[in-house]
Amino acid sequence: MSPTTQALLTFLQTWWVEIVSGVIIVAVVPLIAGYIVLVERKLMADMQARLGPMRVGPHGLLQPIADAVKLLIKEDIIPDNADKVIFWLAPVISMTAALTAMGAIAFGPWFQVARDINVGLLFVLGVSSLGFLGMLLGGWASNSHYSLIGALRSTAQLVSYETAGGLAIVSGLLLAGTLKIRAIVNAQSNYGVWFVFLAPVAFFTYLVASIAETNRAPFDLPEAESELVAGYMTEYSGFRWALYFLGEYANMIVVGSVAATLFLGGWLRPFPNVHWLNWLDWLPALFTVVVGVYCVLRAGKQPVAIQTWFMWAVAFGCFAAAILLAAPMFITRLSAAQAGIHGAFWFLLKVGGYIYVFMWLRFTLPRYRFDQLMRLGWYILIPLAIVNVFAVGVAMILETEYGWNRWLALIVTTVFTLGAALFLVRVNDKHAEDAVSAPAATTDSYVE
Amino acid sequence: MLNSIIFYVFASVAILSAALMVTRRNAMHSAVFLITTLLATAGIFLQLRAEFLFIAQVILYVGGIMVLFIFVIMLVSLDTAVHQMQFARRKWVVLFIALALGFEVGFALWSTRGMPGHGLPVQMAAPADKLPPNSEALAGTLFHSYLLPFEIASVLLLVAMVGAVVMAKKRT
Repeated sequence: MSPTTQALLTFLQTWWVEIVSGVIIVAVVPLIAGYIVLVERKLMADMQARLGPMRVGPHGLLQPIADAVKLLIKEDIIPDNADKVIFWLAPVISMTAALTAMGAIAFGPWFQVARDINVGLLFVLGVSSLGFLGMLLGGWASNSHYSLIGALRSTAQLVSYETAGGLAIVSGLLLAGTLKIRAIVNAQSNYGVWFVFLAPVAFFTYLVASIAETNRAPFDLPEAESELVAGYMTEYSGFRWALYFLGEYANMIVVGSVAATLFLGGWLRPFPNVHWLNWLDWLPALFTVVVGVYCVLRAGKQPVAIQTWFMWAVAFGCFAAAILLAAPMFITRLSAAQAGIHGAFWFLLKVGGYIYVFMWLRFTLPRYRFDQLMRLGWYILIPLAIVNVFAVGVAMILETEYGWNRWLALIVTTVFTLGAALFLVRVNDKHAEDAVSAPAATTDSYVE
Repeated sequence: MLNSIIFYVFASVAILSAALMVTRRNAMHSAVFLITTLLATAGIFLQLRAEFLFIAQVILYVGGIMVLFIFVIMLVSLDTAVHQMQFARRKWVVLFIALALGFEVGFALWSTRGMPGHGLPVQMAAPADKLPPNSEALAGTLFHSYLLPFEIASVLLLVAMVGAVVMAKKRT
């Protein structure tokens, strides 16, 4: 055996878990992203009192697959004067960054690709922020005005809101005292409370900043259809466009995971330390059983035989998942597995809830104007996040050095932060009035 | 074995893209190659288990500074830039600087011979769990041993920032 094969074998023996997990992420995330799109369309339809996609598969369940096939076989158009190589590279950067960032996220205590990375949370933030190089380069390479303006807008927006989001995360990190993803969740387990209750202002700052960072409505200025056609992806079609789209939805999963890990207790179930709530451990199994029973009830009402079969298949999948989730509760030998399986369930549920809020806001709020967006970011969110970092720090000093009750300290500082927020809004309103009365004084190059 | 393969891949990518960065005529291509160089260097940091340095490089240089570079390049008309002279032809100065740099690197290699971890391929100095966490080690160095230079550098940056704002204000 040559030394090269020997080295390869050792490499595989050491790293096979990580390699397999990575392959699972790369293979499964596009599918999940497709289904997030379907859920979004269904939710939009529900909120607008219509049905949404219903044709492909029962209740449109196979629509994402049909869409993917359509995008794959579409003609691939590259504009004549585009910079071919960068045009080709840009969507790949966007998607690779989002997928790589997912490597450090712990989906439950068992499933994490990069296990002992010291700067876990920073890794996720830093690598996912590489994604907007993709947008920028794509917008430039298309050689089109709409794309260029869309890319410029997206950069301005992302740079502004990344600052606010980063400062919000600092508040959470002060409480956790570590950057390792698992240690952050364990810190919340030790505190006995999720950090969203200890630092609510930080959580909401991060929520707003993460919506802006993923270019979602009401902050979807970079691709405002009514002004810019589709922003930086105007010239993209077919599968390159799909890669951008995939990157965007993968990025949503990433910011959702960061929020779930840092603020919503990661893979911990609600009230992990309260023993009389232990029946909550049955919820995952019960949830899947209810979904399965619903599928069985609907199976008979499908118009086509194959859709009935599909519905039965989904139902059996749900029942199998229910057995998987319930088995550790019955068999004591498997009880060690409970943490891993249930942890993944709770984590994905939290990420799902976070993404649901994104969609809900998208169908509720109108789009911001660009100067309003910049004003919100720079005049309100960033100062608020800075004040909040100080407030959380003061609360921790009050608790550890002066023996205050933790809740009292946090309530006092949170009230202080909210007061600061009110003050900021007041000042900003006055500023905006001044700007209206004397428009020449605040010339903003982005005001159209 | 594997360690050295990874190191050589990162190192050659860094050097190759640095050379391409200098020779490209299109400023955007130069920027992309600069990003590649920075990422490859960050990869070497990561291989040395300097995780914090790695992520600082990615966030600050690639995610921050290079984005601003590209932002500016996007607004510049590249067609005029292509027709301008690319290099200042001062051969003797360049030769002198290159020789000085080569001498410096050679001297560094020569003076550290015999130390652990000298030469290529990169050897791990100690197993990862025996080293202090990287961010803490870096913070200790910055805020204990080199506090004054660190503060001076931050004041310098502040001066530069204020100066830029003042210059931008004057024009309008």
